[in-house]
Amino acid sequence: MFKGLITRRAAAALAVTASAAFVAPAFAQQGGVIRIGSIKTLEGPFATGGQDAVRALTMAFEEVNFTVAGKKIEWVRESSNAQADVALARARKLIEQDQVDIIIGPLSGAEGMALRDYSRTLTGNTIVNGQSAAADTTLRDVSPNFFRFNGDGMQWIAGLGTYAYKTMNARHVAMVGGDYAFPYAQVFGFMQEFCKLGGKVTKLWSPLGTTDFASTIASIPKNADAVLVIHGGTDALAFLTQYAQAGGQQPLIAGPVTVDQVVMSARGPHRRLLNNLISAGPIVDDSDDPTWKAFVDRYKKRFPDGFAAPSINAVHYYIAARAVLMALEQVKGDLSSNQQAFQAALAKLEVPTPMGGKVRLDDNRQAIASNFIRRVVDRNGQLFTTQVERFDNVTQTYGMPRAEFLALGSPSRDNPSCPPQ
Amino acid sequence: MTGATAATVVLNGLTLAALYFIVASGFSLIFGLMRTVNMAHGSLYLIGAYIGYAVFEPLYDRDLWYAWYVAILVGMAAAALFGILMQTALLGWMQGQELRQALVTIALSIIVADQLLARFGGTPRQFFAPDALFGSTSIPLIGNYPTFRLVQIGVALAVGIGLWLLLNRTRIGLMVRAGVDDRPMLAAMGVNVPLVAVAVFALGAALAGLGGVIGATAQPLAQGVDARFLLTALVVVIVGGMGSIAGTAIGALLVGLAEQIGQALFPTYSVILTFLIMVIVLALRPQGIMGRAR
Amino acid sequence: MNLARTLLRAGGIGLAILVLAPLALRAMLPENQALFWIGNIFARALIYGIIALSLTFLATYGGFVSLAQMMVAGVAGYVLAITVQGAVPVIIGGFGYPVAILLALGAAVLAGLAVGAISARTNDIYLLMITLALAVGFYRFVETNIDWFNGYEGIRNVLGPDLLGRKFRDPILFYAIASATALSLYLGVIFLVRTPFGLALQGIRDNPRRVSALGYNVMLHRIVAFGIAGFIAGCGGVLATIYNIGISPGSIGLGATMNLLIISVIGGLGHPIGAFIGALLFAIFDTFAASIYDRDRFNTLIGAVFLSIVLISPDGALGMVRRLREGFARKPRAGAPPL
Repeated sequence: MFKGLITRRAAAALAVTASAAFVAPAFAQQGGVIRIGSIKTLEGPFATGGQDAVRALTMAFEEVNFTVAGKKIEWVRESSNAQADVALARARKLIEQDQVDIIIGPLSGAEGMALRDYSRTLTGNTIVNGQSAAADTTLRDVSPNFFRFNGDGMQWIAGLGTYAYKTMNARHVAMVGGDYAFPYAQVFGFMQEFCKLGGKVTKLWSPLGTTDFASTIASIPKNADAVLVIHGGTDALAFLTQYAQAGGQQPLIAGPVTVDQVVMSARGPHRRLLNNLISAGPIVDDSDDPTWKAFVDRYKKRFPDGFAAPSINAVHYYIAARAVLMALEQVKGDLSSNQQAFQAALAKLEVPTPMGGKVRLDDNRQAIASNFIRRVVDRNGQLFTTQVERFDNVTQTYGMPRAEFLALGSPSRDNPSCPPQ
Repeated sequence: MTGATAATVVLNGLTLAALYFIVASGFSLIFGLMRTVNMAHGSLYLIGAYIGYAVFEPLYDRDLWYAWYVAILVGMAAAALFGILMQTALLGWMQGQELRQALVTIALSIIVADQLLARFGGTPRQFFAPDALFGSTSIPLIGNYPTFRLVQIGVALAVGIGLWLLLNRTRIGLMVRAGVDDRPMLAAMGVNVPLVAVAVFALGAALAGLGGVIGATAQPLAQGVDARFLLTALVVVIVGGMGSIAGTAIGALLVGLAEQIGQALFPTYSVILTFLIMVIVLALRPQGIMGRAR
Repeated sequence: MNLARTLLRAGGIGLAILVLAPLALRAMLPENQALFWIGNIFARALIYGIIALSLTFLATYGGFVSLAQMMVAGVAGYVLAITVQGAVPVIIGGFGYPVAILLALGAAVLAGLAVGAISARTNDIYLLMITLALAVGFYRFVETNIDWFNGYEGIRNVLGPDLLGRKFRDPILFYAIASATALSLYLGVIFLVRTPFGLALQGIRDNPRRVSALGYNVMLHRIVAFGIAGFIAGCGGVLATIYNIGISPGSIGLGATMNLLIISVIGGLGHPIGAFIGALLFAIFDTFAASIYDRDRFNTLIGAVFLSIVLISPDGALGMVRRLREGFARKPRAGAPPL
């Protein structure tokens, strides 16, 4: 009896679930509403970045009181788990079921490529990238409906090779990084500058998912002048901790995702290495710029439980949302004729960034943005990055004509190459 | 590769194997007595590490030297408690339905991982080893070597010897070994088998919790670590032989050495080395190196 | 005669459902939403139902709960993406869709046979563990290998061929193809398990020693069963890759492997149709979880549903329905579920 009861109750629960799902959204396409969907990662290891992206979007929409050009903004939130298939399923749901006009997202590289491909099959919808930074998304096989207002991984490291050679006087750098496309692009960017100046690079790749870097650390050449750390997130934390434990003494320099609020707010023995660490990246936590200071104040006031400073995810999702809102304002909320006017406005936009700079797009709808050399400082136990140098107008092709840049080949494990001796 | 580098890599393999042994021994122990494949073993690792960390952090902030040792105890206790709950509330009454138990523990592992994400967020964490265990120690031939990795070997040896003594020199060990061979007979002799089962489950879970705190001192603690350690435990016991402590040690050694040597020699293909070992062992000895034929 | 009638009946009912469901939706929902349901929820349920069918087939008739089926589907997907013209980046490329799909299916059968050869000497829980380890091993290899699989980013732009002047991924056309594939494979399984091979397989499941004593080669039967399951999973893998416009390691990772297991168990491992019921429930759940429940805690929800199914009704939704019916009819039926 009892068993039958539970079974029937479970069946009823399933039926309720199913029928709830059948209910069509209560809104139809109305003239006075603009529907914006967002995709960010709220599951799994990338969840921290995804949570900060939600904060940024909340801020951007609240600033305009969910209204643009007299129309109401309806925000449909979806979350993926950093996998391409899942991001694609969410995007389809947003476009086809929820009828959103514009998607802001996604977060990770493989997701970005998948949504770029999907956007090509759409007419009358626009995808504005959230934070994904794979170079090929806007370099090869581009889509007319995909816009990216953040730099790619290669742009994020601009300036570091020059700094290492000229300021640090490094001639031989040992690079440690994950063995896949995103680090390849960053190392490619670093070597563009460093090898041209005459520097030599030893590359030490670790398979994706490595957590024990002891053997990599043992392989770092003793005569390298510096170690360039390209790892991000948990990998960065693991590498830095184990380097500290192994008593590593060579000076470190770091890529854009190695030093971010996630790694700096994590506690552990790696913090000793972080202090004074030089890195390149698209944002600086502790900038004197008044725009940035105001942005950080608003962020901290609205989200007391957030990071000590907005993360890279927050900044990029915020810029994307600002771009969408500005373009909508310019076209007075007109998304008719397959969003032609809106997309044209996006393409011509100059978006002020929270960093106090401006970002605009190239012909492939890829950002031309500023990049920074940064130093980590300790402020009462909190770690922040401060600005050392700033480079404006960094393009995806490092200032080369596109054809010449493409002729260098795709970044890979062995391209480019300038080993010692 | 120079001799010193080679020696370092081998030592790295040994220390990694030590960590794998600590985690996998609990898995193997539980399986040995109860034939329960605990797919939530990685979750027990996470529970031990996260709860241990929650206690560790405030103590560490107050500069108390025993913070890390307390974390070890709390982590083990938390994992053991959760293990007891699992066994008494869910697994105990479906004893013998191995697949169903495996499915229940898979469901639990999904829920636990998500709830820990909700409570602790996605920011990676890491324990600070106490000063006595941090830094590096000079070893002949190798030079400076992280002290904590040597501690891992010590803990693994202690766990291994402790388990051996427990199983071979105590009354409860006698019961456990008898239970491995013939549960009904053990019950017929008046032993409270379910109670022994709960005790063994608690011990296995506590070992996972111990692995959690040790592991999160050596490597960062983050989402997804549970799956990694569960899989490592699976491969270790498949290779070594289910339910055998010696087999677990051999399996852990093979996997740990393969990972580190592979990473140093051919990083691109190092991942498959572990699984190649598993496939070869299965082809030659389906029951694992030290496993008994069924 | 009996077999022909069973097949005809199952085929007729299946066809009716597959044709009527979209028509009913178009009558009930606005145009675009109906298309979303057909092209995404139903199509997705059919694709993952096909892959789950390979697992359900092995579990129901062979007694093997294999967690390597998503991996086998992935082998097919990757071989398709590696060989077909137009995929980005080009690994081998150059083949048209018919050849590439054949190669993909062939590879899936081989992968299935290999999984069978490695794991079929073991049983039950060992098999579950070994197939899980194989699946994750393959996933990690694919994720770390750039030369053949393009690593973490995977291979994209697998659009599928144009058929009848329509794009393959046109919702209606895709649904029709997925339906036809699913129905044929489903009927194929129903047919197969009544052939001497299928009967021997079930005999081996129940009592390997006796069947062996009758002169059957037990190992060979098991391995062949895995090969057949490989073909089924391969069909699903090809469709999934075209549906997802490409394939990346995430398509076959631990999460995807677990989702497939959840689909099979929720639907019920007692009958091949359970695979499709489970896949439909999962697709609906996955798509609308954000509207039903906070998306942030989706995994807790799916884990809890999975747990309650395993606790309350280990033979899934199928078993639930059967028990409800038996509750009225009071007619016990033979055939124990594999759990």
